[in-house]
Amino acid sequence: MNRKLQISAQTLVSALGNGVEAHYQALKEGESGLRVCDLEGVNLDTWIGRVTGVEDVIIKDTLADYDCRNNRLGQLALAQDGFIEAVNQASARYGHHRIGVFLGTSTSGVQQTEMAYADRDEDSGDLPSYFNYRTTHNMFSIADFTRHYLGLEGPAMVVSTACSSSAKVFANAQRYLRAGICDAAIVGGVDTLCHMTLYGFNALQLVSSQPCCPADQDRDGINIGEAAGFALLEWEQDDDSICLLGYGESSDAYHMSSPHPEGMGAAMAMRQSLRSARLQPSDIDYINLHGTATPANDLSEDRALMDVFAGEVPCSSTKGFTGHTLGAAGIVEAIFSCIAIERNLIPQSLNTRSVDEAIHSPIVLSTREQPVSRVMTNSFGFGGSNASLILGYAS
Amino acid sequence: MMRMGIAAVGLCAPGLPDWPTGRSWFSGSQAYDPGMAMPELRPDLLPANERRRTTAHIKLALQVAQEALDDWQDEAEDLATVFSSSDADLDIVDKILCSLNLPGRPVSPTHFHNSVHNAAAGYWSIATGSHAPSTSLSAYEASFAAGLLEAACQVNEEHRPVLLVAYDMPPPATLAPFCPVKSPFGVALVLTPEAVSSARIRMGLELIHQKDELDAMDDAGLEILRNAAPAARSLPLLALLANEVSGTVTLPGLAGQALRLELSPC
Repeated sequence: MNRKLQISAQTLVSALGNGVEAHYQALKEGESGLRVCDLEGVNLDTWIGRVTGVEDVIIKDTLADYDCRNNRLGQLALAQDGFIEAVNQASARYGHHRIGVFLGTSTSGVQQTEMAYADRDEDSGDLPSYFNYRTTHNMFSIADFTRHYLGLEGPAMVVSTACSSSAKVFANAQRYLRAGICDAAIVGGVDTLCHMTLYGFNALQLVSSQPCCPADQDRDGINIGEAAGFALLEWEQDDDSICLLGYGESSDAYHMSSPHPEGMGAAMAMRQSLRSARLQPSDIDYINLHGTATPANDLSEDRALMDVFAGEVPCSSTKGFTGHTLGAAGIVEAIFSCIAIERNLIPQSLNTRSVDEAIHSPIVLSTREQPVSRVMTNSFGFGGSNASLILGYAS
Repeated sequence: MMRMGIAAVGLCAPGLPDWPTGRSWFSGSQAYDPGMAMPELRPDLLPANERRRTTAHIKLALQVAQEALDDWQDEAEDLATVFSSSDADLDIVDKILCSLNLPGRPVSPTHFHNSVHNAAAGYWSIATGSHAPSTSLSAYEASFAAGLLEAACQVNEEHRPVLLVAYDMPPPATLAPFCPVKSPFGVALVLTPEAVSSARIRMGLELIHQKDELDAMDDAGLEILRNAAPAARSLPLLALLANEVSGTVTLPGLAGQALRLELSPC
């Protein structure tokens, strides 16, 4: 038995806009969502992928305790693409306790704690009494919020493995469904701009002062972005639906914040995803890269790609569109993979002018319209956490 | 009901430096004093230069993971890992947030990469050289049950042994009034597919959705400890393991959910 999980519904908000259609248009037209960093209180010479209007979202009143930038962005995404209706239908079909919630984030609602630290009592040093750690900053907050918002009572957890978080949740969901613990799952992830990540990546000298340009000979770092995306997974029932065909997970065992120079762990994850999908490298039509635009990441990923695919499969990073959305990057790029398949489109590596001579994989420099049936998408994180997913038509 | 074996255990909590000591407390008649000192954390599988860069939160995870690995007596490369903790390292988060309120915002790069929720998993794979898959997760106060359920799913669906590491450290004073972790507690279990002969205990596990009676500890001190850290919700399971007897325990999950475990010696 080799049943597949299909993606029955999906929704996405990033710097490119609200809803999947806005993302398709931007990918097709080559429009970037990046802008000069204008996040309040940040004084860094960099570009960011900021979602317009997150500040204006009003959290549903019964969940007001959960109010923070991360949950606001989550709520904004849940409201797009008829996602709530699709979940309600699934809930009616399976029962609300039979739908799991598996979400990824790297920093959750830490921005709320940043605000509380800036608002400490001058004499005692105490944090303000309005601060609510459990519902905002704690890692589980976004899954707890989403579960309540959607009225679900199945199993739930947050996976937090830095920038691979919301790719890995697809694997968690498949295991839970196979084990019979739930009949459907909400997967996805949310990460939002905050001072900790902007200044943290700056301290590691990994942020670029320019719009990020993956695989370019002059690339010099990332632009941090924010995004929220969700997908509804259930057992395949429609012939023409896009399915999770395979996944691979591995650890670098090399360094906390630098990738293995030969991409060893990355190659293991890619091979494992091919094995689990029972596919050959030549069965893949397009690879959506992790492609952060740091010198080390893109080189390391290319070594792994050449090892597994020998330069035979077109690939591109979409970080030039959205910035690096960290814990949300996995779901953003899984949904981009679905767009590539549904719309027969291979998005360009935006902002890449001249590919680094040391990079040998075929980087797509202008958007192509061509049949796409199966896509691999890569997500790699700090701590050497690697995940590769293969999405596509089952037959 | 999912079935698996438990092949190895690691433990660290106040007054309980390792599993053999813990076992004797759980199976003996002496009252546990939750005010006992926390043992020194020296996970020596980590090279000294890496150990210097880690924190108490990370060391706690590695210490119990190392004890379980030593107990298992097999290769780390074969072990997928699940690291479950209610919170990331809040001591590090506190340091970063204080830096953000200083002129020039001098965030330490080491602090920043140690702040990720999967920091312990990263150091584990570096220390052991293991490339096996690893998941780091949280379900707040239900983190132990979530970790155990995820590990059980991996054993059953990936057909491989899995090391579960559940660990919590109390936050620094500034955040303490807002967080549920009052005591350090770390536990590690090696779970194996049932067929593996190295397992000492067989365990069946199921997620239940009714309000069953949850198990508590008879000893008042251990009951205080059980409530002092999400990872310590494992104590009724550990007490049954210590005595190597058949039995059933029910551990708390998310609101309205629980894990029912059935244990029997191999």
